[in-house]
Amino acid sequence: MIKLKVPISEEEIRKLKVGDEVLLSGIIVTARDQAHKLMVEKKPDFIRPYLKESVIYHCGPIVKKNPDGSWSFVSAGPTTSIREEPYEADVICEYNVRGIIGKGGMREKTLEALQRCGAVYFHAIGGAGALIAKSVKRVVDVFKLEEFGTPEAFWVIEVEDLPLVVTMDSHGNSLHEKILKESEKKAKELIGIQD
Amino acid sequence: MDLTEAFVELLRRASTDLPPDVEQALKEAYEREDEGTPAKSVLRTILTNVKLARENSVPMCQDTGSLIFYLDMPEGEKESYYKDIIRKAAAIATEKQYLRPNAVDPITGKNSGNNVGKNAPFFHISRWDKDIIRVRLLLKGGGSENVGTQYKLPYAPLKAGRDLEGVRKVIIDAVYKAQGLGCAPGTLGIGIGGDRTTSYMLSKEQFFRKMGERHPEKVIADFEMRLKDELNQLNIGPMGFGGKTTVLDVFVDYQHRHPATFYVAISYNCWAFRRKTMIIKNGEVTYYD
Repeated sequence: MIKLKVPISEEEIRKLKVGDEVLLSGIIVTARDQAHKLMVEKKPDFIRPYLKESVIYHCGPIVKKNPDGSWSFVSAGPTTSIREEPYEADVICEYNVRGIIGKGGMREKTLEALQRCGAVYFHAIGGAGALIAKSVKRVVDVFKLEEFGTPEAFWVIEVEDLPLVVTMDSHGNSLHEKILKESEKKAKELIGIQD
Repeated sequence: MDLTEAFVELLRRASTDLPPDVEQALKEAYEREDEGTPAKSVLRTILTNVKLARENSVPMCQDTGSLIFYLDMPEGEKESYYKDIIRKAAAIATEKQYLRPNAVDPITGKNSGNNVGKNAPFFHISRWDKDIIRVRLLLKGGGSENVGTQYKLPYAPLKAGRDLEGVRKVIIDAVYKAQGLGCAPGTLGIGIGGDRTTSYMLSKEQFFRKMGERHPEKVIADFEMRLKDELNQLNIGPMGFGGKTTVLDVFVDYQHRHPATFYVAISYNCWAFRRKTMIIKNGEVTYYD
């Protein structure tokens, strides 16, 4: 198990390989569909300091507002990453992001950006919302809450020992591509069709 | 107990308490995987999460799904009475964070904020001769719903004809295409025959079967077992990381079709298989998994 702390240098991230299990700590940012669209189309600066050498988490959390006005994460597993495929490569390189957390993996365009700009894709455990919320120690800030709503807002959160698996690294390797190819071969064999 | 509260409790249980048969199937999957593999550690994390959600009464998954209610009630019971109560309960359960606000207006893009909207929650209501009301609830996640699909046989790309062998081929294809995206290991509900709508309806109703509960007809039961075995040979595994368990179970049922059509509907349920039942008898409420 590798312990990793934000900010993450390019050298550190390039050491990671597909299959590595990681415990991530530090300040990261949740962003999904509307946030990605905004980052590509408007390139807002308010989120820049939080993203530099940090990590984006594809997550639409359940969040509770406490009586003192602060926020707590109740359940916060990953959402499907592939929806951000059109945007992610630009976001990674524009904002110097070192990692993307999500589920299901991403495709060629993102894989190429991971290689070019020095970042990895971390897979979180889909559905493990209660457990992951326990790793969220505090909510540092939130942006676009009114406009985007709870699941789509940028939540800036501090996490401790968030359990992750590297499934796409900065050397062009993707576990998702490997499993896809192997399962395709087996599926064809079971169905009885030739290449 | 006030009936609105009883429905809030039903929603809480569904969201936070994984049925024991599903948990058992996940434990067996954990035992099967090899030490030191990502598959094993995924299943360990899932099982820890299930326990934590139950103990702390928090949603096991932040996507608390679409709310699908199946109500069976005697003649004479007023539908609108129950619908109103359930809508109210959904709003309260959202406020209590048992549910995430998951009802979005597709035209304006606005989230209603309380899980109530047009056809949200959704109700399947039928009448029966018993003097009790049965409420069955599915919380169906969006990620797994997106990998569900419907085939029309014959399906040329796979040389899938209008028979059980053709059905087998398209199911393998659907699970291969889903990879880990439906939050594998998943459970399949398969509806064969019917029309576009009813084939999907039949597929979703299969989710009220218990893990390992086979179809009463031997031909279908054998077909389910064969599919489960073959799909687990795909090595997609938990979360799509590779591994021995791609599906926890496969439930198949069929209905008569029009001579010109042959649909196969495939519904995929994520590992966080959330279903609960509530029986109302003489005002008394009992919960079942």
